[in-house]
Amino acid sequence: MARIAFERLAHGYPGSSAYALKPMDMVWEDAGAYALLGPSGCGKTTLLNIVSGLLRPREGRVLFDGQDVTGLSTERRNVAQVFQFPVVYDTMTMRENLAFPLRNRGVPAAAARARVEHVAGLLGLSGMLDRRARNLGADDKQKISLGRGLVRDDVAAILFDEPLTVIDPHLKWELRSRLKELHRQVPVTMIYVTHDQTEALTFADRVVVMSEGEVVQVGTPEALFDRPAHTFVGHFIGSPGMNFLPCAVEGDTATLAGGHRVGLPRGYGALAGKVELGIRPEFAAIARDGLPVTVRRVEDLGRRRIARVELDGVPFAATLPEGMAVPAEPRLALDPRRLHVYADGRLAEGEG
Amino acid sequence: MAKPLDNRAWFLVLPVVALVAFSALIPVMTVVNYSVQDSFGNNEFFWNGTGWFKELLDPSTDLGGRFFDALWRTLLFSAICLAIEVPLGIGVALTLPRRGWGVAASLVLLALPLLIPWNVVGTIWQVFARRDIGLLGAAVNGLGIEYNYAQTPLAAWVTVVAMDVWHWTSLVVLLCYAGLRAIPDAYYQAAKVDGASSWAVFRAIQLPKMQRVLTIAVLLRFMDSFMIYTEPFVVTGGGPGNATTFLSIDLVKIALGQFDLGKAAAMSIVYNLIVLTVCWVFFATTTRSQSEAVQ
Repeated sequence: MARIAFERLAHGYPGSSAYALKPMDMVWEDAGAYALLGPSGCGKTTLLNIVSGLLRPREGRVLFDGQDVTGLSTERRNVAQVFQFPVVYDTMTMRENLAFPLRNRGVPAAAARARVEHVAGLLGLSGMLDRRARNLGADDKQKISLGRGLVRDDVAAILFDEPLTVIDPHLKWELRSRLKELHRQVPVTMIYVTHDQTEALTFADRVVVMSEGEVVQVGTPEALFDRPAHTFVGHFIGSPGMNFLPCAVEGDTATLAGGHRVGLPRGYGALAGKVELGIRPEFAAIARDGLPVTVRRVEDLGRRRIARVELDGVPFAATLPEGMAVPAEPRLALDPRRLHVYADGRLAEGEG
Repeated sequence: MAKPLDNRAWFLVLPVVALVAFSALIPVMTVVNYSVQDSFGNNEFFWNGTGWFKELLDPSTDLGGRFFDALWRTLLFSAICLAIEVPLGIGVALTLPRRGWGVAASLVLLALPLLIPWNVVGTIWQVFARRDIGLLGAAVNGLGIEYNYAQTPLAAWVTVVAMDVWHWTSLVVLLCYAGLRAIPDAYYQAAKVDGASSWAVFRAIQLPKMQRVLTIAVLLRFMDSFMIYTEPFVVTGGGPGNATTFLSIDLVKIALGQFDLGKAAAMSIVYNLIVLTVCWVFFATTTRSQSEAVQ
């Protein structure tokens, strides 16, 4: 179990001067559940491999509990990793698979046996330990991979690299909730890499959102939803993502491109760069009063309906309240408390 | 909907039947025909029933003794070849580079012996191992080790085995390498995370993942070495004495040297049945063990 810290950490792949991972400082608390979320190629797997020691960073240091492990090999770091494609040792039984990391470390057979039984219990695999690992389904194989991490009681962190990619959708739910439950029972730092926001938001206490090799926000799922620190987070989290309208801000008033004025909950100083007004579709509703829009189409998501509209030529997603038909002259009502201002993509701090 | 049934469809298989008849059925039946007859030349044949087979399978007769001697010799040869080539092939495959220009270079180098025709391989080794002008033969003798494959049986065996290892280990290497390359990186990374030693990686990952290609490699190498003819024929001609007279060489001696068509035909049928049986048993057991593992 360990607190993981990065100091001026950065990485680039050989033959390229560009950063695959831009310089950063970050701390992950002991026994936390973290998710690294971002689109393919954003550097999240690079970061994970740096934590596990499969990759050595080009710059900076990695600290486990204050101890520099940057130069240590994977074996000596005491991390466990669950990969995208389930890795099991085909010729062994499930029991032998779970005991493998212990055997490699010279743990006495009796202790290893007890540990394996315990972990099998946690994973719900108790009755099937003597089956050959080769014939299992992908979900059970993934549980075995996870189990091989859990059997080591000294493990510093368990890393998950998109572990549910090859799992059938109906089993994803089961596995995800079991993982969450496991984390409550076994207080070990868990780091979960995914590009699926549902997985990240349900699993993690804190989500690290990455884009183009950069950490753009670290926060609780609520914070990512309520106060995206970057337009990227606004787009990426939520479905559909946050709306952004180009505007000019003066004090507590935003003037949209079409000349409409919107009152803001806070006052803002002078803002440099491209200024945008951001609001989530959940807080923008079709109404009889407000900004005039053109409705392009309505999407029924089952629980709610999303109206795709245009506001002065800018596409915008809004909620169509339950039971409401699209009015003849549709208007858009924005919840003023949920309005955020972004300058050059980053959240601008207002006053008051 | 009723299945259309038309017996005229049988005509469509006729070309295949004709092809198989010409390529396999008719030649085999010719041999079967010879094996139950005796000939004293002049194209005159006399019925001999199972006489040749009885003689062949009875070690106390001339023919039988000769046959079993050659059979044990051939089996020993195959066993030695497999015992050297399979572990060596695995070993070499494990040390081959996994990326970079070295991959192409080593694969091309390894494939070279496989591209050389059998009789050329024989000729190369015949010259290479000669004690007077051969690079290998002269060097070994120069070191003070008496080595003459034309005179001592041991030297002849060493030469023939070395030649087979040189010619065919590459095949095992290439098959194993293909098997190794098919293992996803995640397996190695997981093994690293699990703290596995390289021996544990070999036992837990590499060997199991190579099982299928190894089955094929062993089968191919057994059949080829058990049926080897050209190379030892060119190098030793079966000698010295009968020391390297394998079944195939003996068969040709009987058929073409002595022109005993009946004996040779009976022998080739038994030879063929042995190859088929061994392959079938081997294939059946390995596929069963694999399918059991899948249960």
